Amino acid sequence: MSMRALFGLLLAAVLMLAAGAASAHPHVWITATSELLYDADGSITGVRHAWTFDDMFSAYAVQGLEAKKKGAYTREELGPLAQTNVESLKEYAYFTFARADGKKERFNEPVDYYLDYKDAVLTLHFTLPLKTPLKPKQLMLEVFDRSFFIDFQMAKDNPVKLVGAPAGCQMKLERPNDGTATAQKLNEQTFMDGPNANFGMMFANKITVDCP
Amino acid sequence: MKPQLSPFARGLFACAAVVLVVGVADAAFHDLLAQNPFGAPRPAQAAEPEASGIIGWLLAKQSEFYRQMSATIRAAKTDGSAVWTLLFISFAYGIFHAAGPGHGKAVIASYLVANRETARRGIALSFASALMQSLVAILIVGISAWVLNATAKTMCKAEGAIEIASYGLIALFGLRLVWVKGGAFIRALQAAQPMPAIAGVPHDHHDHGHHHHHDAHDHHDHDHGHDHSHAHAHHAHDHVHDEHCGHSHGPMPSELAGPGGWRRGFAAILTVGIRPCSGAILVLVFALAQGLFWAGVAATFLMGLGTAITVAAIAVIAVSAKDIAGRLSGARDGGGALFMRGIEFGAAGLVLLFGAGLLLGYIAAERTTCF
Repeated sequence: MSMRALFGLLLAAVLMLAAGAASAHPHVWITATSELLYDADGSITGVRHAWTFDDMFSAYAVQGLEAKKKGAYTREELGPLAQTNVESLKEYAYFTFARADGKKERFNEPVDYYLDYKDAVLTLHFTLPLKTPLKPKQLMLEVFDRSFFIDFQMAKDNPVKLVGAPAGCQMKLERPNDGTATAQKLNEQTFMDGPNANFGMMFANKITVDCP
Repeated sequence: MKPQLSPFARGLFACAAVVLVVGVADAAFHDLLAQNPFGAPRPAQAAEPEASGIIGWLLAKQSEFYRQMSATIRAAKTDGSAVWTLLFISFAYGIFHAAGPGHGKAVIASYLVANRETARRGIALSFASALMQSLVAILIVGISAWVLNATAKTMCKAEGAIEIASYGLIALFGLRLVWVKGGAFIRALQAAQPMPAIAGVPHDHHDHGHHHHHDAHDHHDHDHGHDHSHAHAHHAHDHVHDEHCGHSHGPMPSELAGPGGWRRGFAAILTVGIRPCSGAILVLVFALAQGLFWAGVAATFLMGLGTAITVAAIAVIAVSAKDIAGRLSGARDGGGALFMRGIEFGAAGLVLLFGAGLLLGYIAAERTTCF
């Protein structure tokens, strides 16, 4: 077999890969607001999320659900759906990743969860209690889907609220880039990072709270 | 077995094989991760981008088109002309989206390469399978959501079942291809043993006076091998003769595309087309909720058309690449034939691996959701 033959094989292999490999795009969009909850002694106890789904997914999710008044779903009618949602979210670590002074922190199962249906979109409310309340100098919270099936965006207005935080705590929010910037970021570096590269990471919303 | 391979060449060969295997494993692995917590149809494969700026741009574009769809369907409720916009967006989305994972690109391309199909048949297969994908999406939503008013949970389960069936079909299809192509490859290996004296014999299909009848037998085998694995057994005795034959030459593509070709192609269409596009399902349900189901149906067909164009383009590239590889390898000598059988065998293996990977990935994902 000649060198040319091998070149041909390599070419074919590359083309096969090019045909098979490509990227997914989000199918669900979430506009999120988050509250960081503090208790009286100034330690952080958990996060309260409100995630509003896009209209297409909302229509899909409520398809076939019974409502007394057509097109208006009450909190009770959406109860089973909310239950399924939070149960399903467990596997994805609720798309919420916390670090206290650089150390990974875990959450307990969600409490106080429910769905609202307003203006034809669903909003999922839930509270994630930290396994152990903390009093770090720096808390970092990231909200994103690493597979980028869901596109998380923090709300334009009041995306993050500190509830009961000690005086002097400073919050900073870093938003992911928009689509065009994303296109530029997906360069060879992404490729080099290999299959374990945290693709969704570049779509992460990063909340940082520094306390004195 | 291949004394003419230099160590460097062998190294390259191994590299190509590793690249292929890793690529497939990678695709399968990502499918494992492609689970959707909210029970919407999962994306075909949430593969991370093997990215370049172009892929990133594709990603941004399809997101953009997809997001415009819901607003356009809403607008179409009051403004009829918005339907045209919807159709255009759907078409453009289909073109961009099909460049991503799923949609059977890899399966169709591998199938075409494995079976020495023509580019023309590749195009026809792409369009037929895309049309079927559209029809399946419309049927799922039409029956379950519109007629039965089923919940998203039920629809998701139906889709899950179809998905398993689809992956299973791909795996079976791949298995059959591997069986057929593996046989051809092994025979090519045997035939590639250098026998200079006989290797010089010219092709002559009708040379019945020839002692071994080798060309005719060889020809027969390849012609039927695609369809019927039993053809192997039937012709197996012939290959005892082929052992002494340096020739191995496949049928011309035109011969394959003859009668019965469509029956063979149907398996590919069914395998690829049975699994609907998740985006189409969401669009259809949304359109139904807006009371504009027909607009969703039209959008789905246009998406399918766009998808077909992209898949057809990739199919043509795959067929051309293989033709080029064939020419480069000089398919005239025994090594070249072996090389081509090797590519076909590899392509068949890819179909099997895709199927198995998707199937296993799905089983892992099934634990999760649907509501």
